[in-house]
Amino acid sequence: MSLNRRDFLKSVAAASGGLLLSKATPSAATMSKELPPEAVGILYDATLCIGCKSCMVNCKVENSKPGGALYTKGMQEPTYEYTNERIWDAPPDLSGKTLNIIKVYMNGNGEVKDRPENGYSFLKQHCLHCISPACASVCPVGALVKDPVNGIVHYNADRCIGCRYCMIGCPFRIPRFEWNSAWPEIRKCQLCRHRMQEGKYAACCEFCPTGASIFGKVVDLRKEAQRRLELKEGSESDFPLQTVDSTNKRTRKVSQYVKHVYGLNEAGGTQYLLLSGVPFDLLGFSPKVTDAHLPDLTWAYIAKIPAVIVGVIVVGTATWAITSRREQNKKDKRE
Amino acid sequence: MANHADIKMMTPLTKVFIGIFGFGCVLIIYRLLFGLGAVTNLNDLWPWGLWISFDVLGGVAMAAGGFLIAGTVYILNWKKYKVIVRPAILNAFFGYALAATSITLDIGRPFVIWHPIVMWQINSIMFIVAIHVVLYTSTLATESSPMFFEKFGMQKAYRFVNKIMVPIVIFGVLLSVLHQSSLGAVFLITPSKLSPLWYSSNLPTWFLVSAIMLGLNMVSFETIISSRAFKHKAPKEVLFGLARGSLIVTGVYLAAKIYDVVRLGAIGLAFNGSFTSNMYLLEMVVGVILPIALLSQKPVRTNIDRIFVVNILVMLGVVLNRLNVGMFGLADYISKTGIDYFPSFFEFAVTAAMVAAAVLGFKICAKYLNLFPETGH
Repeated sequence: MSLNRRDFLKSVAAASGGLLLSKATPSAATMSKELPPEAVGILYDATLCIGCKSCMVNCKVENSKPGGALYTKGMQEPTYEYTNERIWDAPPDLSGKTLNIIKVYMNGNGEVKDRPENGYSFLKQHCLHCISPACASVCPVGALVKDPVNGIVHYNADRCIGCRYCMIGCPFRIPRFEWNSAWPEIRKCQLCRHRMQEGKYAACCEFCPTGASIFGKVVDLRKEAQRRLELKEGSESDFPLQTVDSTNKRTRKVSQYVKHVYGLNEAGGTQYLLLSGVPFDLLGFSPKVTDAHLPDLTWAYIAKIPAVIVGVIVVGTATWAITSRREQNKKDKRE
Repeated sequence: MANHADIKMMTPLTKVFIGIFGFGCVLIIYRLLFGLGAVTNLNDLWPWGLWISFDVLGGVAMAAGGFLIAGTVYILNWKKYKVIVRPAILNAFFGYALAATSITLDIGRPFVIWHPIVMWQINSIMFIVAIHVVLYTSTLATESSPMFFEKFGMQKAYRFVNKIMVPIVIFGVLLSVLHQSSLGAVFLITPSKLSPLWYSSNLPTWFLVSAIMLGLNMVSFETIISSRAFKHKAPKEVLFGLARGSLIVTGVYLAAKIYDVVRLGAIGLAFNGSFTSNMYLLEMVVGVILPIALLSQKPVRTNIDRIFVVNILVMLGVVLNRLNVGMFGLADYISKTGIDYFPSFFEFAVTAAMVAAAVLGFKICAKYLNLFPETGH
């Protein structure tokens, strides 16, 4: 039995005799599988990344301002995670204080960049802004929402109950939690949504000196990624800096690429796209993540609920009617 | 009426339980003041731990006996089981209270636990689970209410609830079927994380069937314990009936699980000697295969002491299943990152406090209410 979401709401309401009727937001209708019309995202090209971590620092600085994804009232300084000496911001992984992190893959003597053997590569890890985000679909209160226009998966702490189902659902282990807070929030990259309202764009892209991270419309980013994969290794090409449509470009020798744009189809497609010289599973992306839209997996169950409601009520009532008549007959005979 | 003088309240064991409960309460206050990180070993890669797997998944599964016995007595009209309907429902109520309290403590923002009731998000299994917890806990309270009305001599209310009992029980069966299965459905979103030994599109069904296994054995276990603790005769025919039912359900479960694991091509994973595969084998042997082997012999399923042993095996096995799905089944995936999780002493202590509270609550009800009407208690 397959149902669309509107039918589902109707039949639940009907089957449960108005019990579940309410002014409920039909938030299901917003669970689209299509790329939103004005979807924005990031293209990260690991072959251009030099691991300077400028993106990490500026991500913290910009997101610790009012409206930012790390901001809390009364904070004194950005959410740095110091080493003992209070000198370096040195987070080991994404956390409630770090939305964006540069990691390194290294193999053997680690001499050649962007090679899987005896080489190394960087990886920039943050939210991929899935086209069908599992985190938003599993959130019981709609605290995580995908913007229907620009596709940014953003968070509303006022709704959140802190159940952490988003962390279980996310195939990329992105959402993080403030474990040491009595009133914690989920923290994840929200693509500098607060800066877009000021006409700016993602801080990690603005402050990337090499063009490894560029911001833009997802359709343009996909074209740019495809263009790069078609370039000949060793030839020279222009790479835009900061944004995909930037006139500020940098000419550079083309590295070896794995012939795959990560995020084009993974988990139903994402708005963060990655290119790399090293296979993506070596960079930490689970090969078990398929192209399937994850919310479909739970919807398959939810769509059956109206039938179960009707079924149990009908079968239950019928059984009771039959068995109690039998009881009555027995009693009558005895009398 | 019904103040059973022969049930002693302040036994040494009860005092131990009160101590465990008191210590848990202190930890709960500490957790509310300083956050989950202060009490638990949970971390960003292990967002759910003992409280979700044992208290919530396990607690709800342990409560399955309530809807099974209520359905058997009120819908199927199998009157034989009427002697255990009150304790079974009360037991379920405490199971749900355990789950509901634990999830309240486990979520980051306990004071807004009511949000799902007003902020609907129908794509979310967690939303569906939350609504079920609320509705079914109220249903169980209603199903238990005649005992209280009886105690306080509220004749009108007593008669009213008894009159509407059948529709309430049908509603309770409906909620239970949905709730037990939806707890399995919680994990449908994790195909890339949960080991294929457990991950299956049939997970909701397996949760329902295994909850029925656990429910039948829990009721049997609790009936035997009560009969000893409160010194009345155990209703033999009822226990033998539960054992037969358990044998049938467990047999179906075993066949279906084997079929599923073979269908998914995961059978090899069960025997590769890894931690995950051993946990799977342990769960299946203790909770399914051994009980079937034992119950299929008539001398076992017609002997209360032996039934008691089987009850314990099934309870361990199904609870282990919940721990596996909620925690250990994710280990292969998460441990690659080098970060492990084992529940902290405080997590165990809070869980123990929850169980202690449920046992104490049950005992108080046994003392002051007419919980076992046909046994003279």
